[in-house]
Amino acid sequence: MADLTTNFAGIISPNPFWLASAPPTNMGSMVERAFDAGWGGAVWKTLGEPIRNVSSRLAAIDHGPSRMIGLNNIELITDRPLDVNLKEIYECKKKYPDNALIVSLMVESKQEAWHEIVKMAQDAGADGLELNFGCPHGMSERGMGAAMGQVPEYTCMVTEWVKEVATVPVIVKLTPNVTDINYPAEAAVKGGADALSLINTINSVIGVDLDTMVPHPNVNGKAAHGGYCGPAVKPIALNMVSELARNEKVTIPISGIGGITTWQDAAEFLLLGAANVQVCTAVMHYGYRIVEDLIDGLNNYLDEKGISSVSDLVGRSVPRVTTWGNLDLNYKTVARVDYSKCIQCNLCHIACEDGAHQCIDLVKNDDGKVFPVVDEGECVGCNLCYLVCPAPDCIEMVRLDDGSNPVTWRELSSE
Amino acid sequence: MKSKLSKDQIEKNFAEINPRMSKAEAKFESNRCLFCYDAPCTRACPTHIDVPAFIKKIATDNLKGSARVIFDANPIGATCARVCPVEALCEGACVEKTLMEKPIEIGRLQRYATDTITGNGAHVFEAGDPNGMSVGVIGTGPAGLSAATYLARLGYKVTMYEKKALAGGLDTYGMAEYKMSQKIALDEVRLVESLGVEIKVDTAIVAGDVGAGLVPAQRDECREIGFSSLFESHDAVFLGIGLGATNKLKIPGEDLDGVFDALWFIEQIKTRDWHGIHVGDTVAVIGAGNTAIDAVTQAKRLGAGKVMMIYRRSENDISAYDYEYELAKKDGIDFFWHSSPIEILGDGKVEALRCRLNDGSDEIFDIRCDMVVKAIGQEKQKSFFDSVGIDTDEKGRVVVAGNRMTTRENIFAGGDCVNGGKEAVDASQAGKLAAMGIHEKLTGMTVSFAGSGR
Repeated sequence: MADLTTNFAGIISPNPFWLASAPPTNMGSMVERAFDAGWGGAVWKTLGEPIRNVSSRLAAIDHGPSRMIGLNNIELITDRPLDVNLKEIYECKKKYPDNALIVSLMVESKQEAWHEIVKMAQDAGADGLELNFGCPHGMSERGMGAAMGQVPEYTCMVTEWVKEVATVPVIVKLTPNVTDINYPAEAAVKGGADALSLINTINSVIGVDLDTMVPHPNVNGKAAHGGYCGPAVKPIALNMVSELARNEKVTIPISGIGGITTWQDAAEFLLLGAANVQVCTAVMHYGYRIVEDLIDGLNNYLDEKGISSVSDLVGRSVPRVTTWGNLDLNYKTVARVDYSKCIQCNLCHIACEDGAHQCIDLVKNDDGKVFPVVDEGECVGCNLCYLVCPAPDCIEMVRLDDGSNPVTWRELSSE
Repeated sequence: MKSKLSKDQIEKNFAEINPRMSKAEAKFESNRCLFCYDAPCTRACPTHIDVPAFIKKIATDNLKGSARVIFDANPIGATCARVCPVEALCEGACVEKTLMEKPIEIGRLQRYATDTITGNGAHVFEAGDPNGMSVGVIGTGPAGLSAATYLARLGYKVTMYEKKALAGGLDTYGMAEYKMSQKIALDEVRLVESLGVEIKVDTAIVAGDVGAGLVPAQRDECREIGFSSLFESHDAVFLGIGLGATNKLKIPGEDLDGVFDALWFIEQIKTRDWHGIHVGDTVAVIGAGNTAIDAVTQAKRLGAGKVMMIYRRSENDISAYDYEYELAKKDGIDFFWHSSPIEILGDGKVEALRCRLNDGSDEIFDIRCDMVVKAIGQEKQKSFFDSVGIDTDEKGRVVVAGNRMTTRENIFAGGDCVNGGKEAVDASQAGKLAAMGIHEKLTGMTVSFAGSGR
């Protein structure tokens, strides 16, 4: 059994799995059930001036038989009275001293307002604070959430305000709705943040009802853009996390968020530099119980790899990420088909023919069966056939070069 | 003898063996399809329906488009969805069978898509602009319905001739009721009619003393039109007249009360007049083809206490599909292998079937039974073709050229009368190819339809 305990910017948690600030952390009874199920920490749904929500708040996209691979929401921060939330935070922390309880905050852009809410959350027993500079819908129209996170100067300023009174670690939650994630991240560091968390949801219109022609979710005939999350956003989140992990100015830990559903997803975030992870959509889909396999799967993976502690996994893949100009132009792979496993669906052929480099021909054998044959001289090693092949281990990408004399575009262009 | 079972019980016994998919099932199953390129299922289908295309359209809720893909290649797509031996054709070739041991349920998906069309009677195709020419189609079974559909789509005035009271041939009269009810066949006939095809039922085509597909006893049940007069009103004729009467056993006792043709027995069941159908208490079905299976399984469902299948050769030699044989076994049928019937015993009525064992012992034994059903294949209609001057081969099958024209000018043929007796889907393809051949012959212009290989 590997040691899953994490120390995230000074916040100790029995495992790296936190619930993100969202509906699953709306109230005390929910967070308590989550801790009972095994979640290491929870970020309480954002506190602030209680708001009024609309009815009809969520919409999703499916892919084939898979439901909800992407989720869109227009729900705002907590709609519960502040004192009720604070009382429940206090009781929850007392009951679960070993779990990490972080409180997400969002108030208007006034120093006193931030000072006040920070103090209240700390007094209630919060182990840490997360500044919600990421919510891209509704709140941003009022100058909060992403409206702050999209302007590095505001991010820095408000972080500074918070740090003036904070006695517990301060995590700044970033919005991905920016052209370069490095700027707001560096601003948060400059403002004194103790950690970063990302990504918040992505601006999205999830789809249109083809009968009523009203986009989803329909609020009495109208729709507004929402925040996009779920499995579909994971690659975007991984990229942003890995960018910050490689940014030398970002010297503080990162909490990885975005589409994490399985322990593999979590391991990928950790490998790319996240010190822990936060989960929401998967819990909204399947319930708190999924944490059991997140823990179990990660444990088994670490054991299998001979890694004794989850912190030893963090960032292992970061040195493997570079810019395109540093990639070896002489590295050469080609596709090889194992005909004992080929089921003759011909998807590799048509994908290569219409979507790549026309180097997989269909050849009829003596039995009249048609098989894909790779022209290795023409194959550019793009992986497309390998990606579309539905038969396990049927197509393998095989290295053809001898490994000598790697050369990069950067080297070539500097000669 | 009439069934002792209640109407409700019999209805239950004849419930559809492959019921309609729910929307959830169709969604899941259609999404399972890999969308193969040059798909094995399409190649395996005799009409070459673009199976991945119609399945993907189900996945996108484009059911009308899906049905169009199916009916484009196979005008009896609703029938074939239910009666095709999919295990031996599309589903047998499905790559998911290789990958997962569980092929996509193509037949049931095809039914799901075609149900949207057969239910409302509006064809997904329209008749072509009238081209001033007319084709007579004799026989309204799968081959004739297919040929008529494509000819109507090309603008021909098509008249179909059917000796029976209902059109559809074996689709209407010959499919096991638990696979497909008569209503589906008739719905599909109505689709063909919606293209402007005229169907004259109770109308036999005769040449001299011989009627096409007629057994002599039927002759006074319908009006007759002379074969030679057809060319007065038609520019070409398509013959899709299938096979003739059930073969004779040529053994003593064959005329006893209680001896029936399998096709006749199956046809009675199509009426669903459960207590008007004759069924014995102990039934011996002779033969081991798919029709024999249809007979034993339905005799059992009607309430026969003991149903037996009598076959002169071994279990390994049966011509029924494996899954049909499995169904018979599941239904608790008793099998007599290596058993050649030599006499039907009885005093006016059937009392036993006497057989000789073909295992080398030549032992003679009697099987007690009160009903004998003959399922030993159908006769070819050689005498009809002889009388109209159309050549047949040594097995009595109509000889056709590549364009499906017989040895007589502008007379085309397809289906069982040409192939000797195959599946409905084979007849459907034959009708398609014949329609193309007719068009080419009459206009000099080539034409191609989905799945014609052109």
